[in-house]
Amino acid sequence: MLVLSILTIVCLIVSFLLDSGKTLIGIKKGLKMFIKLLPVLLLMLALVSIALFLIPNETLVKYMGEASGIKGWLTAALIGSVALIPGFIAYPLSGILIDNGVAYSVIAVFITTLMMTGFLTLPVEAKFFGWKVSVLRNLVSLFAALFLGLIMGFLL
Amino acid sequence: MKKIQKYIFPIIFLILIGLSYLFDFTAGKQIGINFWMFFKEMILFLPLMFILIGLFDVWVPREKIEKHIGSGSGWKGTGLVILLATLQAGPLYGAFPFAYILWKKGCSIRNIFIYLGAFATIKIPMITFEIGFLGLKFSLLRTLITLPVFILIGYFMEWYLKDKDFEVKQP
Repeated sequence: MLVLSILTIVCLIVSFLLDSGKTLIGIKKGLKMFIKLLPVLLLMLALVSIALFLIPNETLVKYMGEASGIKGWLTAALIGSVALIPGFIAYPLSGILIDNGVAYSVIAVFITTLMMTGFLTLPVEAKFFGWKVSVLRNLVSLFAALFLGLIMGFLL
Repeated sequence: MKKIQKYIFPIIFLILIGLSYLFDFTAGKQIGINFWMFFKEMILFLPLMFILIGLFDVWVPREKIEKHIGSGSGWKGTGLVILLATLQAGPLYGAFPFAYILWKKGCSIRNIFIYLGAFATIKIPMITFEIGFLGLKFSLLRTLITLPVFILIGYFMEWYLKDKDFEVKQP
Protein backbone atom coordinates (compact mmCIF):
# COMPACT_ATOMS: atom_id res chain seq x y z
CA MET A 1 0.00 0.00 0.00
CA LEU A 2 2.78 2.41 0.96
CA VAL A 3 4.75 1.39 -2.11
CA LEU A 4 1.74 2.03 -4.34
CA SER A 5 1.15 5.46 -2.78
CA ILE A 6 4.77 6.49 -3.24
CA LEU A 7 4.83 5.13 -6.79
CA THR A 8 1.66 7.00 -7.71
CA ILE A 9 2.91 10.27 -6.22
CA VAL A 10 6.30 9.98 -7.94
CA CYS A 11 4.65 9.16 -11.29
CA LEU A 12 2.25 12.07 -10.87
CA ILE A 13 5.05 14.54 -10.11
CA VAL A 14 7.23 13.36 -13.00
CA SER A 15 4.26 13.31 -15.35
CA PHE A 16 3.14 16.78 -14.24
CA LEU A 17 6.59 18.27 -14.79
CA LEU A 18 6.74 16.78 -18.27
CA ASP A 19 3.25 17.75 -19.39
CA SER A 20 0.57 19.01 -17.03
CA GLY A 21 -2.23 18.86 -19.62
CA LYS A 22 -1.54 15.24 -20.46
CA THR A 23 -1.37 14.40 -16.74
CA LEU A 24 -4.79 15.87 -16.08
CA ILE A 25 -6.28 13.92 -18.99
CA GLY A 26 -4.70 10.76 -17.58
CA ILE A 27 -6.05 11.34 -14.08
CA LYS A 28 -9.48 12.10 -15.47
CA LYS A 29 -9.47 8.97 -17.63
CA GLY A 30 -8.42 6.79 -14.72
CA LEU A 31 -10.90 8.17 -12.22
CA LYS A 32 -13.72 8.03 -14.77
CA MET A 33 -13.10 4.31 -15.16
CA PHE A 34 -13.11 3.92 -11.40
CA ILE A 35 -16.44 5.75 -11.00
CA LYS A 36 -17.98 3.64 -13.74
CA LEU A 37 -16.87 0.47 -12.04
CA LEU A 38 -17.84 1.57 -8.53
CA PRO A 39 -21.45 0.23 -8.45
CA VAL A 40 -20.44 -3.29 -9.41
CA LEU A 41 -17.45 -3.15 -7.04
CA LEU A 42 -19.73 -2.22 -4.15
CA LEU A 43 -22.08 -5.03 -5.08
CA MET A 44 -19.16 -7.47 -5.06
CA LEU A 45 -17.93 -6.26 -1.67
CA ALA A 46 -21.45 -6.66 -0.26
CA LEU A 47 -21.57 -10.27 -1.53
CA VAL A 48 -18.13 -10.95 -0.11
CA SER A 49 -19.00 -9.57 3.32
CA ILE A 50 -22.13 -11.71 3.45
CA ALA A 51 -20.14 -14.80 2.40
CA LEU A 52 -17.49 -14.12 5.03
CA PHE A 53 -20.22 -13.87 7.67
CA LEU A 54 -21.82 -17.15 6.57
CA ILE A 55 -18.49 -19.02 6.57
CA PRO A 56 -16.19 -17.61 9.26
CA ASN A 57 -12.57 -18.73 9.63
CA GLU A 58 -13.37 -21.24 12.38
CA THR A 59 -15.76 -23.05 10.06
CA LEU A 60 -13.10 -23.18 7.33
CA VAL A 61 -10.63 -24.77 9.75
CA LYS A 62 -13.24 -27.26 10.86
CA TYR A 63 -14.31 -28.37 7.38
CA MET A 64 -10.89 -28.55 5.81
CA GLY A 65 -9.41 -30.15 8.90
CA GLU A 66 -11.98 -32.93 8.95
CA ALA A 67 -12.12 -33.69 5.28
CA SER A 68 -9.33 -35.77 3.87
CA GLY A 69 -8.29 -37.18 0.51
CA ILE A 70 -10.33 -36.13 -2.50
CA LYS A 71 -13.03 -34.73 -0.28
CA GLY A 72 -10.48 -32.43 1.34
CA TRP A 73 -9.35 -31.16 -2.05
CA LEU A 74 -12.84 -30.48 -3.27
CA THR A 75 -13.74 -28.73 -0.02
CA ALA A 76 -10.60 -26.59 -0.30
CA ALA A 77 -11.33 -25.79 -3.95
CA LEU A 78 -14.93 -24.88 -3.22
CA ILE A 79 -14.10 -22.63 -0.29
CA GLY A 80 -11.14 -21.09 -2.13
CA SER A 81 -13.26 -20.30 -5.18
CA VAL A 82 -16.04 -18.62 -3.27
CA ALA A 83 -14.06 -16.80 -0.60
CA LEU A 84 -12.12 -13.64 -1.26
CA ILE A 85 -9.52 -13.50 1.47
CA PRO A 86 -6.59 -11.12 1.11
CA GLY A 87 -3.12 -12.72 1.18
CA PHE A 88 -2.18 -11.23 4.52
CA ILE A 89 -5.05 -13.19 6.10
CA ALA A 90 -4.89 -16.28 3.86
CA TYR A 91 -1.29 -17.21 4.68
CA PRO A 92 -1.63 -17.08 8.48
CA LEU A 93 -4.92 -18.98 8.13
CA SER A 94 -3.15 -21.63 6.04
CA GLY A 95 -0.48 -21.85 8.72
CA ILE A 96 -3.23 -22.62 11.27
CA LEU A 97 -4.70 -25.23 8.91
CA ILE A 98 -1.32 -26.94 8.59
CA ASP A 99 -0.99 -27.01 12.38
CA ASN A 100 -4.43 -28.63 12.48
CA GLY A 101 -3.21 -31.47 10.32
CA VAL A 102 -4.41 -30.36 6.88
CA ALA A 103 -2.17 -31.72 4.10
CA TYR A 104 0.12 -29.37 2.18
CA SER A 105 -1.44 -30.39 -1.12
CA VAL A 106 -4.89 -29.33 0.15
CA ILE A 107 -3.41 -25.99 1.22
CA ALA A 108 -1.92 -25.57 -2.26
CA VAL A 109 -5.38 -26.06 -3.78
CA PHE A 110 -6.90 -23.68 -1.25
CA ILE A 111 -4.39 -20.89 -1.83
CA THR A 112 -4.40 -21.24 -5.60
CA THR A 113 -8.18 -21.17 -5.94
CA LEU A 114 -8.31 -18.33 -3.46
CA MET A 115 -6.03 -16.29 -5.68
CA MET A 116 -6.97 -17.36 -9.20
CA THR A 117 -10.68 -17.97 -9.06
CA GLY A 118 -13.33 -15.76 -7.59
CA PHE A 119 -16.94 -16.61 -8.14
CA LEU A 120 -17.99 -13.54 -6.17
CA THR A 121 -15.81 -11.26 -8.27
CA LEU A 122 -17.37 -12.56 -11.49
CA PRO A 123 -19.67 -9.52 -11.85
CA VAL A 124 -16.57 -7.29 -11.93
CA GLU A 125 -14.61 -9.59 -14.21
CA ALA A 126 -17.56 -9.87 -16.61
CA LYS A 127 -17.60 -6.07 -17.04
CA PHE A 128 -14.22 -6.39 -18.71
CA PHE A 129 -14.17 -9.84 -20.31
CA GLY A 130 -17.85 -10.69 -20.71
CA TRP A 131 -19.58 -13.51 -18.81
CA LYS A 132 -18.56 -16.38 -21.08
CA VAL A 133 -14.84 -15.72 -21.03
CA SER A 134 -14.87 -14.90 -17.30
CA VAL A 135 -16.60 -18.16 -16.40
CA LEU A 136 -14.25 -20.07 -18.68
CA ARG A 137 -11.17 -18.47 -17.11
CA ASN A 138 -12.44 -19.31 -13.63
CA LEU A 139 -13.22 -22.92 -14.51
CA VAL A 140 -9.86 -23.46 -16.21
CA SER A 141 -8.13 -21.95 -13.19
CA LEU A 142 -10.10 -24.21 -10.88
CA PHE A 143 -8.91 -27.30 -12.75
CA ALA A 144 -5.38 -25.92 -12.79
CA ALA A 145 -5.52 -25.53 -9.02
CA LEU A 146 -6.67 -29.14 -8.54
CA PHE A 147 -3.88 -30.30 -10.86
CA LEU A 148 -1.39 -28.25 -8.90
CA GLY A 149 -2.60 -29.87 -5.69
CA LEU A 150 -2.07 -33.27 -7.26
CA ILE A 151 1.54 -32.52 -8.14
CA MET A 152 2.21 -30.94 -4.76
CA GLY A 153 0.77 -34.05 -3.14
CA PHE A 154 3.33 -36.18 -4.97
CA LEU A 155 6.26 -33.92 -4.21
CA LEU A 156 5.65 -33.03 -0.57
CA MET B 1 -32.20 9.02 -12.11
CA LYS B 2 -30.22 6.57 -14.19
CA LYS B 3 -27.19 7.22 -12.00
CA ILE B 4 -29.09 6.26 -8.86
CA GLN B 5 -30.46 3.15 -10.55
CA LYS B 6 -26.95 1.80 -10.98
CA TYR B 7 -26.43 2.08 -7.25
CA ILE B 8 -29.71 0.48 -6.28
CA PHE B 9 -28.21 -2.74 -4.84
CA PRO B 10 -25.45 -1.08 -2.82
CA ILE B 11 -28.01 1.42 -1.48
CA ILE B 12 -30.41 -1.35 -0.40
CA PHE B 13 -27.48 -3.18 1.18
CA LEU B 14 -26.39 -0.12 3.15
CA ILE B 15 -29.96 0.59 4.30
CA LEU B 16 -30.20 -2.99 5.59
CA ILE B 17 -26.88 -2.59 7.42
CA GLY B 18 -28.11 0.70 8.89
CA LEU B 19 -31.32 -0.96 10.07
CA SER B 20 -29.29 -3.76 11.63
CA TYR B 21 -27.45 -1.22 13.73
CA LEU B 22 -30.69 0.52 14.64
CA PHE B 23 -32.35 -2.67 15.82
CA ASP B 24 -29.17 -4.28 17.15
CA PHE B 25 -29.32 -7.20 14.71
CA THR B 26 -26.00 -9.02 15.25
CA ALA B 27 -25.71 -10.76 11.86
CA GLY B 28 -26.28 -7.51 9.97
CA LYS B 29 -23.78 -5.68 12.15
CA GLN B 30 -21.13 -8.34 11.55
CA ILE B 31 -21.71 -8.13 7.79
CA GLY B 32 -21.41 -4.36 8.10
CA ILE B 33 -18.03 -4.71 9.83
CA ASN B 34 -16.83 -7.09 7.11
CA PHE B 35 -18.01 -4.71 4.42
CA TRP B 36 -16.15 -1.83 6.02
CA MET B 37 -12.94 -3.89 6.16
CA PHE B 38 -13.08 -4.71 2.42
CA PHE B 39 -14.29 -1.24 1.52
CA LYS B 40 -11.32 0.38 3.28
CA GLU B 41 -8.92 -1.85 1.37
CA MET B 42 -10.58 -1.00 -1.94
CA ILE B 43 -11.08 2.71 -1.48
CA LEU B 44 -7.43 3.26 -0.54
CA PHE B 45 -6.00 1.06 -3.22
CA LEU B 46 -8.12 1.35 -6.35
CA PRO B 47 -8.19 5.12 -7.00
CA LEU B 48 -4.37 5.18 -6.93
CA MET B 49 -4.28 2.21 -9.24
CA PHE B 50 -6.70 3.87 -11.65
CA ILE B 51 -4.68 7.08 -11.67
CA LEU B 52 -1.63 5.02 -12.62
CA ILE B 53 -3.66 3.32 -15.34
CA GLY B 54 -4.77 6.71 -16.64
CA LEU B 55 -1.18 7.96 -16.73
CA PHE B 56 -0.10 4.74 -18.44
CA ASP B 57 -2.81 5.34 -21.02
CA VAL B 58 -1.66 8.84 -21.95
CA TRP B 59 2.10 8.23 -21.81
CA VAL B 60 2.80 4.77 -23.15
CA PRO B 61 2.51 4.59 -26.94
CA ARG B 62 0.66 1.69 -28.49
CA GLU B 63 3.57 0.72 -30.73
CA LYS B 64 5.81 0.05 -27.72
CA ILE B 65 3.32 -2.31 -26.07
CA GLU B 66 2.47 -4.01 -29.34
CA LYS B 67 6.11 -4.59 -30.10
CA HIS B 68 7.10 -5.90 -26.68
CA ILE B 69 4.07 -7.89 -25.52
CA GLY B 70 1.91 -8.07 -28.65
CA SER B 71 1.08 -11.19 -30.62
CA GLY B 72 4.51 -11.49 -32.21
CA SER B 73 6.48 -10.95 -29.02
CA GLY B 74 7.30 -14.56 -28.07
CA TRP B 75 8.99 -15.60 -24.82
CA LYS B 76 10.48 -12.20 -24.11
CA GLY B 77 6.97 -10.73 -24.07
CA THR B 78 5.75 -13.44 -21.73
CA GLY B 79 8.68 -12.77 -19.41
CA LEU B 80 7.89 -9.06 -19.45
CA VAL B 81 4.21 -9.42 -18.50
CA ILE B 82 5.10 -11.86 -15.72
CA LEU B 83 7.67 -9.42 -14.36
CA LEU B 84 5.14 -6.59 -14.58
CA ALA B 85 2.48 -8.63 -12.78
CA THR B 86 4.66 -10.00 -9.99
CA LEU B 87 5.83 -6.54 -8.97
CA GLN B 88 2.26 -5.41 -8.35
CA ALA B 89 0.15 -6.05 -5.30
CA GLY B 90 -3.47 -6.16 -4.34
CA PRO B 91 -6.51 -8.33 -5.04
CA LEU B 92 -7.13 -9.82 -8.48
CA TYR B 93 -10.02 -7.51 -9.29
CA GLY B 94 -7.43 -4.72 -9.35
CA ALA B 95 -5.74 -6.46 -12.27
CA PHE B 96 -8.75 -6.40 -14.60
CA PRO B 97 -8.58 -2.66 -15.38
CA PHE B 98 -4.86 -2.97 -16.01
CA ALA B 99 -5.50 -5.92 -18.31
CA TYR B 100 -7.95 -3.70 -20.18
CA ILE B 101 -5.39 -0.98 -20.73
CA LEU B 102 -2.76 -3.49 -21.85
CA TRP B 103 -5.26 -4.96 -24.29
CA LYS B 104 -6.16 -1.51 -25.60
CA LYS B 105 -2.49 -0.87 -26.27
CA GLY B 106 -2.08 -4.07 -28.27
CA CYS B 107 -1.06 -6.78 -25.79
CA SER B 108 -1.77 -10.29 -27.11
CA ILE B 109 -4.58 -12.51 -25.78
CA ARG B 110 -2.06 -14.99 -24.44
CA ASN B 111 -0.14 -12.35 -22.53
CA ILE B 112 -3.33 -10.85 -21.09
CA PHE B 113 -4.20 -14.16 -19.42
CA ILE B 114 -0.62 -14.87 -18.41
CA TYR B 115 -0.63 -11.43 -16.81
CA LEU B 116 -3.79 -12.26 -14.84
CA GLY B 117 -2.37 -15.62 -13.75
CA ALA B 118 0.92 -14.15 -12.62
CA PHE B 119 -0.82 -11.26 -10.89
CA ALA B 120 -3.00 -13.68 -8.97
CA THR B 121 -0.45 -16.24 -7.90
CA ILE B 122 3.05 -14.80 -7.76
CA LYS B 123 3.60 -11.52 -6.02
CA ILE B 124 7.09 -10.62 -4.97
CA PRO B 125 5.83 -8.51 -2.02
CA MET B 126 3.78 -11.48 -0.75
CA ILE B 127 6.37 -14.23 -1.17
CA THR B 128 8.25 -13.44 2.05
CA PHE B 129 4.91 -13.62 3.84
CA GLU B 130 4.14 -17.01 2.35
CA ILE B 131 7.57 -18.36 3.28
CA GLY B 132 7.07 -17.13 6.84
CA PHE B 133 3.86 -19.07 7.33
CA LEU B 134 4.19 -22.07 5.03
CA GLY B 135 7.91 -22.59 4.70
CA LEU B 136 10.45 -22.11 1.93
CA LYS B 137 9.98 -25.53 0.34
CA PHE B 138 6.21 -25.17 -0.06
CA SER B 139 6.38 -21.59 -1.35
CA LEU B 140 9.15 -22.33 -3.82
CA LEU B 141 7.47 -25.46 -5.17
CA ARG B 142 4.08 -23.77 -5.44
CA THR B 143 5.58 -20.84 -7.35
CA LEU B 144 7.64 -23.04 -9.67
CA ILE B 145 4.73 -25.34 -10.52
CA THR B 146 2.18 -22.54 -10.88
CA LEU B 147 4.35 -20.65 -13.37
CA PRO B 148 4.13 -23.15 -16.27
CA VAL B 149 0.49 -23.88 -15.41
CA PHE B 150 -0.74 -20.35 -16.00
CA ILE B 151 1.47 -19.94 -19.06
CA LEU B 152 -0.38 -22.99 -20.41
CA ILE B 153 -3.68 -21.35 -19.49
CA GLY B 154 -2.57 -18.31 -21.51
CA TYR B 155 -1.89 -20.51 -24.54
CA PHE B 156 -5.19 -22.34 -24.05
CA MET B 157 -7.22 -19.11 -23.83
CA GLU B 158 -5.46 -17.76 -26.93
CA TRP B 159 -6.15 -20.93 -28.85
CA TYR B 160 -9.79 -20.94 -27.78
CA LEU B 161 -10.48 -17.24 -28.29
CA LYS B 162 -8.39 -16.36 -31.31
CA ASP B 163 -11.18 -16.46 -33.88
CA LYS B 164 -14.06 -15.59 -31.56
CA ASP B 165 -13.95 -11.75 -31.69
CA PHE B 166 -12.60 -11.60 -28.18
CA GLU B 167 -12.11 -8.17 -26.66
CA VAL B 168 -11.48 -6.67 -23.26
CA LYS B 169 -14.21 -4.09 -22.83
CA GLN B 170 -14.08 -0.77 -21.11
CA PRO B 171 -16.56 -1.11 -18.24
